[in-house]
Amino acid sequence: MKRLFTVVLVVLLSLALIAGCGQQAPAPEGPKDEPITVGFVYIGPPGDGGWTYAHDQGRKYLEQQLGDKVKTIYKENVPEDQESEKVMRDMIDQGAKIIFATSFGYMDHVANVAKEFPDVAFMHCSGYLLGENYGNYFGRIEEPRYLSGIVAGMKTKTNKIGYVAAYDIPEVVRGINAFTLGVRSVNPDAVVEVRWTNTWYDPAKEKEAAIALLDAGADVIAQHQDTAGPQVAAEERGAFSVGYNSDMAAMAPKAYMTAPVWNWGPYYVKQVQAVMDGTWKPEAYWGGMKDGIVDLAPLTANAPEGSQAAVDEAKAKILSGELQVFAGPIKDQSGTVRVPEGSVLSDQEQLEMKWFVEGVIGKIGQ
Amino acid sequence: MQFRVVRKPDVTQKQYTVIMLIAISLALLTSGIFILLLGLNPISVYISMVNGAFGSPYRIEQTIILAIPLVIISLGIAVAFKMKFWNIGAEGQVIMGAFCASYLALNYSYVPRPLLLLAMAVAGFLGGALWGLIPAFLKARWDTNETIVTLMLNYIALKWITYLQYGPWKDPNSLGFPKIANFTENAILPKFLGVHLGWVIAVILVVVMYIFMNHSKKGFEIAVLGESYNTARYAGVNIFRTILFAMLLSGGICGLAGMIQASGVAKTLNVDIAGGVGFTAIITAWLGGLKPPWIVLVSVLFAAMVQGGSFIQSAFGISAASASLIQAMILFFVLGSDFFTKYRVVINFERPALKKEA
Repeated sequence: MKRLFTVVLVVLLSLALIAGCGQQAPAPEGPKDEPITVGFVYIGPPGDGGWTYAHDQGRKYLEQQLGDKVKTIYKENVPEDQESEKVMRDMIDQGAKIIFATSFGYMDHVANVAKEFPDVAFMHCSGYLLGENYGNYFGRIEEPRYLSGIVAGMKTKTNKIGYVAAYDIPEVVRGINAFTLGVRSVNPDAVVEVRWTNTWYDPAKEKEAAIALLDAGADVIAQHQDTAGPQVAAEERGAFSVGYNSDMAAMAPKAYMTAPVWNWGPYYVKQVQAVMDGTWKPEAYWGGMKDGIVDLAPLTANAPEGSQAAVDEAKAKILSGELQVFAGPIKDQSGTVRVPEGSVLSDQEQLEMKWFVEGVIGKIGQ
Repeated sequence: MQFRVVRKPDVTQKQYTVIMLIAISLALLTSGIFILLLGLNPISVYISMVNGAFGSPYRIEQTIILAIPLVIISLGIAVAFKMKFWNIGAEGQVIMGAFCASYLALNYSYVPRPLLLLAMAVAGFLGGALWGLIPAFLKARWDTNETIVTLMLNYIALKWITYLQYGPWKDPNSLGFPKIANFTENAILPKFLGVHLGWVIAVILVVVMYIFMNHSKKGFEIAVLGESYNTARYAGVNIFRTILFAMLLSGGICGLAGMIQASGVAKTLNVDIAGGVGFTAIITAWLGGLKPPWIVLVSVLFAAMVQGGSFIQSAFGISAASASLIQAMILFFVLGSDFFTKYRVVINFERPALKKEA
């Protein structure tokens, strides 16, 4: 019985296969005026309204700018393990000449696949590995985070701000520190309490963490997560919130004040253009507000009075280079001076940051 | 009006073919409507699915890589199912096998490669076997419900790996990102003809298990016990030992699959090491009629569906959820039609009228 069923299936499939071979689309390696295929590996769905959404906006911008010269493919919900290697290989099989892997955990896997395919360009977002044909790119999101901290610091009444955070890796720690420094630049009595979720994309879990922080007395919620879950929690509890990645006003109209946001499009265009021109070189790119890759979303009516002026002032100083987020004096949680007056944390020290500044309630490494 | 479900006498091959053809057509039709709603041409999506699974040597390799764990785990499940011991715990047995193999890989990386790989395979087998022995012992001794026990043991295994990955086994060089260190070269299964050695192991296992199930005394005893407890007892089968042995084998094979996944595919251990393949293999084992050669065929077709489903996502920009939905619909109809090969539904309209006729 089963035998027959399988035989039937096989026959059907092989028929389809023959049809498939007959009508096969042109192979990826065609003549030179074929569009270049660009692959994007996403950690969440483009509809997350956050991190992946921002990258997908960049992908669409790329298509818009380069038109027929480029074909983009993407895969969503790719886990940060062996599966990501398969996804990248599949994309190369489909003709990808440059791949953007957009989550920290893809790092080792990017390096593995890159070594197998020396002719393909790989760019990994938020990591630090650099090789023959793979580089990394990120933005100094700390700058707009610092600015969003100013807004939160002026808004809080309880002097307690909740921060829903993904993993205790340097990228996230740096963001929490920058945010806290911004908060305490206008409100030295305020503290920032951190909750780890150990996930990038889990709307329910991230929302729960925000609720726990609100229960613990916070009246403003900030986040380093890919979804708007924490924003929704703040909205439901009548609290206020600072988003991340993209403008989240639509998800929490009564709570959302502003958000540090990404603008990947121009960078993607530049990289793909370089690959097409044959001038591409792997790099470790880390652009700031003045490069336009990061910014602060417009303040909404929920933002406190006077915050616009304070933000504008600090922003001007950041753009002019007068204000650097990690310039001393900075104390750590124990009160020890970690960055003395007159010095600034080097990029390398920032990339490896594994300590919290004074004013953060939370622990790194359990 | 009244519905009745009646057991069919044996269906003829012709009937069976018709039922299956209807099921497959309905599946393609229903998902076709869904694909149309997405604004795509169903025919080209289906062609692309097949093309994505078999269209190039690379794609065939990827399909085989997906089929390897399905084949091996299905073989393991088939041993238990033959005995009508409902081992839903393959997932956990895979995980525990991967865990034991990884322990050696991470701590004894200086051991020469063939020796280390062999030790890892043995450890993987033992890990899965011991995890399978727990429900077997409970069942043989106190007649507990093995479905529940094996199912629950999956979650224990999964949470154990989560604990290790986020706790004591976390790679200190990962800057806090919760991952276990990668295996060194010595602990990685080498490739043979483009695909890791797991496929050779799978082929050998298929032959061995075919002989075991059909031509060995133990295999026969397991089948007899599955057919009738009393017959087995009357025939002098040692029930206690047979249950334990079958589950040792079943869990052990699943554990070996775990070692292959860790060493050949992931090259490390993580919470997604099994990734649901232990549950999927229940479907392939069942559709393969618990017979090793057919398990291979069904597993490869299933793997092709998964690989093709992954391909159409990037080829057409279909979301992951939509691709899963298409796969699920195909599976739903094929599995659902199994019911109509064993039963038929009788509908009675207004019983008095029927009586009058009679």
